[in-house]
Amino acid sequence: MTAAGVRRFLTRTYLVLFFGYLFVPLGIMGAAAFNTSRFPTVTPWTGFTLQWFPALFADQRLWQALGTSLIVAAGVIAVAVPLGLAGALLLNRLHSRARTFLYAVMVSPLLTPGVIVGISTLVFWRQWFGVSGGIFLTVVAQASFIAAYAMLLFLARLQRFDPSLEEAALDLGASHGQVFRRITLPYLMPSVLSSALLAFLQSFENYNTTLFVRGLETTLTIYIASKVRTGLTPAVNALSLILIGLTIIGAVVYEIMRRREAKA
Amino acid sequence: MTEVLRRYGPVLTTVILLAVAVWIVGLVVLPQVLMVDFSFRPMLPPAKIGGPEDVYTLKNYATLWTNEVHRAIFVKTIWASALVTAVTFAVCYPIAFYMAQVAPRRRLPMLVLMLVVPFWINELLRTFAWYIILAYSGPLNILLVALGIFTEPQRLSGGDVGVIVGMVYVYILFMVFPIYNALESLDRHQIEAARDLGAGWLRIHRRIAIPHAKPGIAVGCIMTFMLAAGSYAVPALLGGPQSRWFTEVIYNWFFEGGNWNQGAAYAFILLVLCVGFILLMMKLFRVGLTDIAK
Repeated sequence: MTAAGVRRFLTRTYLVLFFGYLFVPLGIMGAAAFNTSRFPTVTPWTGFTLQWFPALFADQRLWQALGTSLIVAAGVIAVAVPLGLAGALLLNRLHSRARTFLYAVMVSPLLTPGVIVGISTLVFWRQWFGVSGGIFLTVVAQASFIAAYAMLLFLARLQRFDPSLEEAALDLGASHGQVFRRITLPYLMPSVLSSALLAFLQSFENYNTTLFVRGLETTLTIYIASKVRTGLTPAVNALSLILIGLTIIGAVVYEIMRRREAKA
Repeated sequence: MTEVLRRYGPVLTTVILLAVAVWIVGLVVLPQVLMVDFSFRPMLPPAKIGGPEDVYTLKNYATLWTNEVHRAIFVKTIWASALVTAVTFAVCYPIAFYMAQVAPRRRLPMLVLMLVVPFWINELLRTFAWYIILAYSGPLNILLVALGIFTEPQRLSGGDVGVIVGMVYVYILFMVFPIYNALESLDRHQIEAARDLGAGWLRIHRRIAIPHAKPGIAVGCIMTFMLAAGSYAVPALLGGPQSRWFTEVIYNWFFEGGNWNQGAAYAFILLVLCVGFILLMMKLFRVGLTDIAK
């Protein structure tokens, strides 16, 4: 075998191993949803069943948790997307030190462990406003870092925006409000959608931050974690499989939107 | 500032400034400042707050030093997170290099999608997958016994090893993408030229690829370390009472020990650790904050 041949063989082997490593664990988890064993496992394989799916749908607390997750996610979208938009609009027009400083403060929650975002929110709201954990604080805590993701998406799109469009409209006598409504906002619409989707996915899967600010509320992720620790049955795998399916659809839609946007 | 006003007009500018102020002051800065302030105060019953006993103290920080169990967990969290970061880098660098420099361009969109999709799957679910794999009668034990590596099944989860293995899997993609993005901007001809001039593959990576990827490597390491040190889900699912993580100690101060001031102090220590790691990476890789916060 030539040196190039050896290299190609090694590369192939590595790729197979890497993607195997990435996907086989998820496959095993999914497969366990169809095993009759009362405890989620694929070894030993005791027989094929679909019983865990109806068992899942009969679980009232699960539906409640799903409802809580959806309410929180809607709240996060409503807060984080406008904040991210405002942040990007401001940063895009600033130069120099002020911009660097503001940017650093805005993205700092992304470099902070999620538990600390949760803790600081919890302490602040209790000390100043006497508000304790619950849906409201969960929305606030999650939005404080998800707004940064939204801001980054808006900023990326604004940097490709031709500012002479706005200038021309202003010169032709349009009011600032009109320019924003008729030119800036329509241009940013794809980013509004993709940041809303990103905010939804981020909020829906959040665990570390939510854990501290949830109070007595249970989101879906919290519910799954409590199930794994107490009362684990393959119904959790069935739920995981459904969530993975939905996530794949969401991720593919998001990727397509992002790529289309990058081209536009 | 005048440009902002000129572009957006007085009404819109006011709205924008208000929103940004609410965000950075109300949601980011004040909570952090208050958490730190809180961590330097003793825990008091509500009646005594603001009274003569409510003074600044280092007591909450001293606890970490005097409590041997907590100190050991803290030290373990540091080295285990560093280990997770190093292993993750070793696993990810080749795939990032392959995608950026070797893969045919038409195959890239598919490769990126194959990486993005598991990235979006809930951290908890990816951890749960390893919970099944590492179980005593689980597939990994069966495989290792069949291969003759173990003579009988071993306890794989419930200890530090399980937690570290799980973390590498869960945080791997936070390492791949920054390195890939950095390497992507390296001209493929540069590597060809080096090879034509007789450089071996080791030298190509050491002298060309890795120096070029430095900002990406720094970002990848920072993200991975921060996520590992701040992880709650992975140690909660894959660890046991013998392998507690620092975040679990913090959680206990809040919701079992009922001493929030103490918990806030530990949380701030964790934050300082992460900021310290960021500074260390910036120094090691000689990159600035602007390279990192892109």
